[in-house]
Amino acid sequence: MTKVIDLNVNAKKLRVDVDLQTPLLYVLRDHLNLTGTKYGCGEAKCGACSVLVDGVVMRSCVTPVARVSGKQITTIEGMEKDGKMHPLQEAFLKADALQCGYCTSGMIIAAASLLNKNPKPSREEIVKHMDANVCRCGTYPRIVNAIEIAAGTAKEVAKRSTRST
Amino acid sequence: MKDDLQLEVELERYELFSGPAYNFTFNRRQFLKAFSGGIALIVPMSNLIARTLQQEQDESGRGRGNQRIPNDIGAWIHIDESGTVSVFTGKVELGQNIRTSLTQAVAEELHVPLNIVRVVMADTDLTPFDAGTFGSRTTPTMAPQLRKAAAAARETLIALAAEQWQVEPATVRIENARFVNHDASKSLTLAEVAKGQKLIKTIPPDVAITPISNWTIAGTSVAKVNGRDFVTGKHQYTSDMKREGMLYGRVVRPSALEAKLVSSDTKGAEAIPGVIVVRDGNFIGVAAPDNQTAIRAEKAIAVHWQAPGQPGNAELFDQLKKNASASRGGGRPVGSIVEGMKAADKELNQTYTIAYIAHAPLEPRAAVAEWNEGKLTVWTGTQRPFGVRSELAEAFHIPEEKVRVIVPDTGSGYGGKHTGECAIEAARLARSTGKPVKLVWSREEEFQWAYFRPAGVIEIGSGVKNDGVVTAWEFHNYNSGASAIQTKYDFPNQNIQFHNSKSPLRQGSYRGLAATANHFAREVHMDELAELVKMDRVSFRLKNIKDERLKNVLEAAANAFGWDKKKSEGRGRGIACGFEKGSYIATAAEVSIETKTGRVKLERVVASFECGAIVNKMHLHNQVEGAVVQAIGGALFENIQFQNGQILNGKFSRYRLPRFSDMPVIDIVLLDRKDLPSAGAGETPIVGLAPAVGNAIFDLTRVRIRSLPLAPNGVVIRGPTL
Repeated sequence: MTKVIDLNVNAKKLRVDVDLQTPLLYVLRDHLNLTGTKYGCGEAKCGACSVLVDGVVMRSCVTPVARVSGKQITTIEGMEKDGKMHPLQEAFLKADALQCGYCTSGMIIAAASLLNKNPKPSREEIVKHMDANVCRCGTYPRIVNAIEIAAGTAKEVAKRSTRST
Repeated sequence: MKDDLQLEVELERYELFSGPAYNFTFNRRQFLKAFSGGIALIVPMSNLIARTLQQEQDESGRGRGNQRIPNDIGAWIHIDESGTVSVFTGKVELGQNIRTSLTQAVAEELHVPLNIVRVVMADTDLTPFDAGTFGSRTTPTMAPQLRKAAAAARETLIALAAEQWQVEPATVRIENARFVNHDASKSLTLAEVAKGQKLIKTIPPDVAITPISNWTIAGTSVAKVNGRDFVTGKHQYTSDMKREGMLYGRVVRPSALEAKLVSSDTKGAEAIPGVIVVRDGNFIGVAAPDNQTAIRAEKAIAVHWQAPGQPGNAELFDQLKKNASASRGGGRPVGSIVEGMKAADKELNQTYTIAYIAHAPLEPRAAVAEWNEGKLTVWTGTQRPFGVRSELAEAFHIPEEKVRVIVPDTGSGYGGKHTGECAIEAARLARSTGKPVKLVWSREEEFQWAYFRPAGVIEIGSGVKNDGVVTAWEFHNYNSGASAIQTKYDFPNQNIQFHNSKSPLRQGSYRGLAATANHFAREVHMDELAELVKMDRVSFRLKNIKDERLKNVLEAAANAFGWDKKKSEGRGRGIACGFEKGSYIATAAEVSIETKTGRVKLERVVASFECGAIVNKMHLHNQVEGAVVQAIGGALFENIQFQNGQILNGKFSRYRLPRFSDMPVIDIVLLDRKDLPSAGAGETPIVGLAPAVGNAIFDLTRVRIRSLPLAPNGVVIRGPTL
């Protein structure tokens, strides 16, 4: 059933005319042109569609839009403030924590959710929290490093004992 | 190699030679419009590479194809009157970071900063023909070509600047994107030199490029050039695109592979406001103003399919053996297997098997198609824009000039995006609706209707002397492919053959092709031979290696791993080495196994890699590490389950992918050989992990596993000593 619904996305109040059962992912991407949030699997198993709802990570591909009405939704587009990137975004670039970049939005959002409740997570806590997000290019070690840089638990890009001969 | 780019197409890129997904009703009017007169003999416009390769095969009986690629400088690099440098290449960016490495190459030769170089990639109307982004070819072939073009552009611009000043060109140089005269008293910008020019030149054959030893931009860890767009969500992948008036498409899929349409009822879908149903032969699709309506319309269509019975996993390997051809690849035998066996103290015959696995690129196949006055434009994530253009032209019976394919930087491919099914489907929907149509495959469609890394059976018979010298090596690969089937080991008597077979599933290229399968079988077999003669695994390999580069990577991995140190309690270790596509890899792995459950844990991996001179150390490290991580899936648990033409585990909740918690401690050793040209690095680092892990499992448990994946349910069957 179609209904006008009020949403708060990236600190903006918006109205959309949409079926209440529509997954939030499609409302963001198709109705609001916020395409930084990605489709990956449609069953909450890869994390590409992650958004923050009241600061906590949610999988937008399985979340009916009706459920988030009136809540604060933050997408990757809302992470940058006044042209300045979020520390996680800076850290992902610094640690070269991406290849194709398709998982990156979801990774940054999931990591932001972790840092919101646990500003200095241990490596084990990072792995546990991030385990629901898939990077098919295999940049996991770099993503862990990026989160540690953003959290301030790692100062530098990890050398990970790389040597060149 | 001369100026021409040479392209080799490997045999097992099956998807390049398969027929088109659809062949719509031939439109006679379209043909007559394109044809200007005379007699027409209609030849199916098949894929250009396949056709060239077929000709080669017909002529020589060998499966190798070469193509000349145009090298006009205007087509490659363009400096406009505002001084902007644009580089045109048909290559595709899928996360391998060639947009960055090619920018480095051009900036270096032009003597300009990175930020004024713009790389235009993979647009069939703007970029020169390119066969495709595969085979780790960009770095060894495209980069030197662009370097030459950039060097020629620099010399041309310098000559123009010298002319303006009425001085000798030798006294003019470029510094930081400005031309300066001998004492730097005068300077000109790129724009000031390029203004008012209309000059097209061909790259002179003798143009000199910067020697590796003088690199200042290449060889450094430059960050991903458009990295900010990715971390901020601004980058528009194909699946993110929106065109004016665009509709959203869905395709009604058959019940199984090989299924034929028996009947369909589309009335339910047609009754939904805004929905357009398109039927053409076996193709049924819908287009709607939004995604949700399109999905609803697709579900409202009642279809009856009939599919024949087809083999499943249980019969797979028997089928591949039974349907195998006589040898098609491999090469001439060396020496004599009979003599080699006579000289041996021990013989070993073993069989290895390799499962089908899926690429599962995180961005599924996607396309946006629109028709404007008979011209078709398609944005799509493919590794072969020109190949997809051919497929579209063939499907719609229009000349290739009427088709434009544009590839935005894409959400990965790993060899899985060589074909144009999704582009054709979107274009078919767009043609009937008269509006742009976006089609994004669901994850389930990506599993069921794309193609897989080939499954295979490999048989090895070998002989070894008690001192560790391998005297005979007979190797037969059934179906998985011929890549890296040849070995860099110094075996005096060899017979190595590849046999085609009939695959029950659609199969095709995968990162490294069959190099993973062939390395798995070879390197596990080497471990078994070492066990037979009770030798250390590294010493045994070194005994059979003359190739210095292979020796170097093996020793580098062993040293970094601490191979000569005492093993940790409860850990097993294994090693493997190899060569493919111009680069060398050695991988050492350490595993542990939970005694109660038999659960395997990969604890530590060391990979040493050498691909000549390193272009960008940070991105190379990322590639090698990523390959190791991706390899974990194929080594331990990825395995396509199928029966009767249906993929039974075709979604992420059923198909296990490597995740954060699967990560071992990974140590990458990069060997920089500034005396050697750079080879590609996107594929080869993936091949060493599976055998190293298999050998490590044996080391710990004495259980020898000869099939990939090694632990399909995460568990190794417990051996007698465990």
